[in-house]
Amino acid sequence: MATAKDRIKVLVGMATCGQAAGGVKVYPEVERQLKELGIEADLNAVGCIGCCSLEPLMDIVMPGRTRVTYKQVDAEKVGKILQKHIKEGEIDKKSVLAQMHTNGKDENPYEGVPFFDEIPFFAKQRKIVLKRCGYIDPKSFDDYIAMDGYKAVTKVLKEMTQQQVIDEVTKSGLRGRGGAGFPTGMKWSFASKSPGPQKYFICNADEGDPGAFMDRSVLEGDPHAVLEGMIIGGYAIGANTGYIYCRAEYPLAIEQLLVAIDDANKHGYLGKNILGSGFDYQLIIKEGAGAFVCGEETALMASIEGFRGMPRSRPPFPAIKGLFGKPTNINNVETLANIGHIILMGGAKYAEIGTEKTKGTKVFAVTGKIKNPGLIEVPAGIQLREVLIDICGGSDRKNVQIKATQLGGPSGGCIPFEHAETAIDYESLIQAGAIMGSGGVVVMDEMNCMVDVARYFLNFTAEESCGKCTPCRVGTKVMLDILERICRGEGEMEDIQKLEDLGNDIKAASLCALGQTAPNPVLSTIRYYRHEYEQHIKDKFCAATVCVPLLKFEVREDVCTKCGLCKKPCPTDALVWEKKQTARINHATCTKCRACIEACPFRAIK
Amino acid sequence: MCANKATTLENEIDLGKTEKILEKYQTIKGALIPILQKVQDEYGYVPEEAAYLVADRLGIYPSQIFGVLTFYTQFHLKPRGKYIMKVCCGTACHVKGAPGILDRLQATLNVQAGETTADNIFTVERVNCIGACSLAPIIVVNKDAHAKVVSDDVANIVNDLKAREA
Repeated sequence: MATAKDRIKVLVGMATCGQAAGGVKVYPEVERQLKELGIEADLNAVGCIGCCSLEPLMDIVMPGRTRVTYKQVDAEKVGKILQKHIKEGEIDKKSVLAQMHTNGKDENPYEGVPFFDEIPFFAKQRKIVLKRCGYIDPKSFDDYIAMDGYKAVTKVLKEMTQQQVIDEVTKSGLRGRGGAGFPTGMKWSFASKSPGPQKYFICNADEGDPGAFMDRSVLEGDPHAVLEGMIIGGYAIGANTGYIYCRAEYPLAIEQLLVAIDDANKHGYLGKNILGSGFDYQLIIKEGAGAFVCGEETALMASIEGFRGMPRSRPPFPAIKGLFGKPTNINNVETLANIGHIILMGGAKYAEIGTEKTKGTKVFAVTGKIKNPGLIEVPAGIQLREVLIDICGGSDRKNVQIKATQLGGPSGGCIPFEHAETAIDYESLIQAGAIMGSGGVVVMDEMNCMVDVARYFLNFTAEESCGKCTPCRVGTKVMLDILERICRGEGEMEDIQKLEDLGNDIKAASLCALGQTAPNPVLSTIRYYRHEYEQHIKDKFCAATVCVPLLKFEVREDVCTKCGLCKKPCPTDALVWEKKQTARINHATCTKCRACIEACPFRAIK
Repeated sequence: MCANKATTLENEIDLGKTEKILEKYQTIKGALIPILQKVQDEYGYVPEEAAYLVADRLGIYPSQIFGVLTFYTQFHLKPRGKYIMKVCCGTACHVKGAPGILDRLQATLNVQAGETTADNIFTVERVNCIGACSLAPIIVVNKDAHAKVVSDDVANIVNDLKAREA
């Protein structure tokens, strides 16, 4: 019988992004075509390798040859690519993305196809957490084992004491990747020293920041890595039960986790007396129910207990009194996905990556107005410019420049493109007015209004405020009211000062991190884009052409190239255009939907 | 419970389904939210009668149940349409034009976000982020995602679904 190595393999990207891009249609088509072409091959669904904008991706591995990835594959292309590659040994050059070695360097490469590390999107990345994402079938236990899976758990349970594990993690310098950046080793040592026979270990997978999907990708693409981190952490602090609190908007992540937990139980990495070490450990998934505040640790625990997810004041900290009143440790998904690698490579080796105060790598979800959006992992300390330009290819529109990047979502701030030399580490980003956050990087260009962006985030936090403490409940609402007024052109000059004062008060007086950070998007946009606020207030003008009440819906004759691209998107035929004539807008029927503004590549409509 | 099917009112809630869920989860610590999630999976929303039954069986006040139900955005206390049109309003979708898409969808179906059309076919909802930000802006219809939507696509998506119903 042929071994796995001798078989042809076809892999389709089926993470949420891959599915949404059309993977759901590609996968069955591959299945059908393989049958029709009479090809015997293993077909697998894999996670996300990060270049989500090129999905659906399809990989083909021929025995003894490199693994080749095809991009933007649709149902029509499948047959042709399979036929050419498998039957004729030829590469479809139009659709090919890159190739890679899977088993050392001895496979025969294809000529004229770049290797992954020769492509700018991958060249500057350093993959530790995402090492297996997109390469292995997340549902396959064997795939995980083949890539050093559960080696760290084995090492920990057979060779290391609890204290040695904590020391190793402390040595690595790993800090919490959920946003706050608290040293993980220190957190574990608090929970470990906390007395009591019953302790809990929680994985915070309630990735609520809009515009961020790092944790989703890890959970969907490499769920066992998170389990491994939880088993090691549970052993280190002396917990016998772990909870994974995953947001309900990630059904696929939950599905992969359920399969992974089941497999880990079957193979003896979970359950009673794991690997004969005497250590018992069970894992339970708790599905969130849609509340951003549940990312806050005390709110998350209240939610697991079945209550409204409302934070409480600390102390007592969870390490002393947490879930069901017992000592509890909480870590984020990405933090936990690092643990296995740290154990295997050693804390000291891990600490060689990154900067003095920020060790290791960080995963970022880069989205918005960017040419190559996706998921990247870079060593800490890399410049923002390298991420935006070198890796992600700069602006997604020819005539429009990148204006700013927003880091850290509703808790973070923006950094103008002029400050793109800022290094990505916890301290530098705070100095620049943003935060590392969980890793969401949203790129904005000249057609994004910074006042509108601030209003967007305040609308989000005001809606998501749990309502327990007044500064957050009322304060965010008042700030939102002011911002909405400014966007309507009804602002007054004193409003800017009011926003700053109120923002600082909310930061100082709120109970939990949601309120303490909610004003950040406003304060940072005032810091860098005060002139935009002033334009809205004094001149009733929105340069980015976003705030509808301030727009005239007129065509600038000096800019219009008479191309007519604005005509089709108009839902009410209010846009009048004839060949070789300047477009015109009929105000009687115009609904001010902005479709023409979005469609005009020359920004001729104001 | 009414044994005769013919006399059962169409809008009467079959609480037997809730009973079954309770049997399975009742004794588990902190099971309130999973129970309500299963109830919603079963009926498409959480009927008031079911909420009272859960309160009774778990020995907690109905006010606590409704406190939880109204706190989390996932729970719905009214029936929803056959097609749930979720417009992603995450940051990436917002900067790429989600507000315009939502406006267009609301205008096309003549309902606001959170509402259901009179024929119970469509419900429009805003969702904070589904985590497929590279394909922004996105509309998810039940489980099918429409990626990189422009406002022109909205009418087509709706018309396709209407044609299926016709």
